Amino acid sequence: MLTCDGLRLAQDDFALRADLRLPKGRVTALIGPSGAGKSTLLSALAGFLAPVAGHIAWDGVDLTDLSPGARPISILFQDNNLFPHLTVAQNVGLALRPTLRLSNTEKAQVAAVLDAVGLTGLGGRKPGALSGGQQSRAALARVLLGDRPVVLLDEPFAALGPGLKAEMLDLVRLKLAGPERLVVMVTHDPDDAKRIADDVVVVADGHAAAPVATAALFDHPPQALADYLGKRVG
Amino acid sequence: MARGAFAVTPRWPGALTGALVLVLTLGTLAAVALRAQWDGGLSTADWAAIRFTVLQAVVSAGLSVLLAIPVSRALARRRFAGRQVLITLLGAPFLLPVIVAVLGLLSVFGRGGILNAGLGALGFAPLSVYGFHGVVLAHVFFNLPLATRLILQGWLAIPAERFRLAATLNAPVGRLLEWPMLRAVGPGVFLVVFLICLTSFAVALTLGGGPRATTVELAIYQALRFDFDLGRAALLACVQFSLCAGAAVVVWRITGQDAMGAGFDRVVQRWDRGRAIVDGLAIGLAAIFLLVPLGMIVLRGLPGLGDLPASVWIAAGRSIVVATISATLCVSMALSLALWGGRAVAVIGVLPLAASGLVVGTGAFLIVYPFVNPARLALPMTALVNATLALPFVLRSVAPAVAGIQTDFGRLGAALGLRGWAWLRIAVLPRIARPLGFGAGLAAALSMGDLGVIALFAGDAQETLPLAMYRLMGAYRMESAAAAGLLLLALSLLMFWICDRGGRVDADM
Repeated sequence: MLTCDGLRLAQDDFALRADLRLPKGRVTALIGPSGAGKSTLLSALAGFLAPVAGHIAWDGVDLTDLSPGARPISILFQDNNLFPHLTVAQNVGLALRPTLRLSNTEKAQVAAVLDAVGLTGLGGRKPGALSGGQQSRAALARVLLGDRPVVLLDEPFAALGPGLKAEMLDLVRLKLAGPERLVVMVTHDPDDAKRIADDVVVVADGHAAAPVATAALFDHPPQALADYLGKRVG
Repeated sequence: MARGAFAVTPRWPGALTGALVLVLTLGTLAAVALRAQWDGGLSTADWAAIRFTVLQAVVSAGLSVLLAIPVSRALARRRFAGRQVLITLLGAPFLLPVIVAVLGLLSVFGRGGILNAGLGALGFAPLSVYGFHGVVLAHVFFNLPLATRLILQGWLAIPAERFRLAATLNAPVGRLLEWPMLRAVGPGVFLVVFLICLTSFAVALTLGGGPRATTVELAIYQALRFDFDLGRAALLACVQFSLCAGAAVVVWRITGQDAMGAGFDRVVQRWDRGRAIVDGLAIGLAAIFLLVPLGMIVLRGLPGLGDLPASVWIAAGRSIVVATISATLCVSMALSLALWGGRAVAVIGVLPLAASGLVVGTGAFLIVYPFVNPARLALPMTALVNATLALPFVLRSVAPAVAGIQTDFGRLGAALGLRGWAWLRIAVLPRIARPLGFGAGLAAALSMGDLGVIALFAGDAQETLPLAMYRLMGAYRMESAAAAGLLLLALSLLMFWICDRGGRVDADM
């Protein structure tokens, strides 16, 4: 369970409050208008933004003071998820060893995870030689190999077309989601949430609401979400 | 983004570099200030040196900028075969050892040069290249290309849409677009050239001299080497520092932006082409002015290359070692400062701009003199001081690249737990190979051609190639000097090329 206790974030004139309990074994979507603080919340969870007040904990262990690399968390950003000068295999291998010196067993693990995401035989290429969808798969492969219990997705598939994006979300659902793992994804598209999220957290008006089951939420949207969805359609 | 939240590299290398730069700039300044003979004040000769220094710098900078305007305009609006080569060549004088360029100019404009040979054949009296106009000529030779490149950037920065708009309105492009650009860019370029000419030593040493054509830098050298008057040398060093620091502050305020950017390859399409002959003339004359002296170096140098004295080859070996050490040092310093980041670094990185080789050299001389014969430290000192003086230029090429990596990949690195050496090796070094190679090449070439610090410190046993060449010229052994000049030119360009090339290998990203 990922908990945010009395979490308060501030950046310039922007502020966000969050008291959340996000249980493992679920895919949770953060949805809300742009500028509401979805990505900021993710940044704080990953350790890139120090909270003004409050605590972040995983299974009762306080993470607030840990550096990003030391947290049990993997994150995929909107872009720059791969080093362009390293091969795909090297990029993925960084999840195991941040020195690039892999043993033969580890190399086999890298090859296996590339197989799992459908990149068989492409380990020797550099990211620039891959399509957008393949790059996303490579980044997912690294997260998969890192095998950390929390995975944060900050709209990493936003630049893909609708078909490819759906494919990636399904891949997340299939490969990343599991009984021991929590996946938190930022999205501004309700269809993304409906496609793979078990729960939805509405982030609006400087506040992150408690998670609600996806179907129930969209059947009876609270005012903040209704406003957002309405504006989107109109 | 606040970097402090996830700093991934240790701060001590940056701090160490910062301390070193502070010692070499402000520390040496303190040394000269303490030793300076304040009570005697400045003599008439000193005032003459100050006047000459400022006057020649103003005239050199003014001429460079004025002449650069038609040349850069022509390059901005014409497309012709060899344009790219010519623009690349405009960057070459920065790498050209001053003493070599002076020899090239002498072979054109000097007493026995081709110009006077022509004038003599027509029955005119020969022109003298020594003194005020010789110094200005050499400075324009060096800085016209720089000014042209800088102003060309300004020209190319005018958006093509504006020219299109002006064309549809039938508006005067010159008054509407070009004059405002020149007013914005011109003063900065003038000041940069002015600052470079203020610290000119080797040109004044070879083409100036005497009571009427001595720069402050040259006066420092003479006070130290000939009169061994440490108090006066120190006082002059203080004067020189004030001049440079004043100019540097103004330069830094006016020209914040990158002075060595890219993007010269496009020609803005415009509809007011002007007279082709005017542009052709501007480009042609500039090319002749720049290329003929360079050609003369090759022409005059080749015959003597075979029977250069062994001492010159040994000096060349020394120069290569010094330049290699200096470049390594400079790049390490630039990298550690860039990784440190922040405002203090920006200040430390430009501090050497206000320092000059002779001021730093004099300070260092005063610091080591009580303990050890300065000649014994000549080579390490040359490497160290040149690395420091080249630091601002190398930092300008490396720091934006490092900052870009922090912005683009800092969070990814932090999330993956890449820190310290691993971060440097896996993320930073491969991505900055190009600017790093370019910077190393720059530092190596600058150190290779240095004739400032070395002249202050060296005895016979520490002769570098530029110094050996200068001594050959002083002994009127012009054929050997020309051959040594060609060798120096070739080695400088070769060292730059190797470093720059090294950074480009396998740089597919």
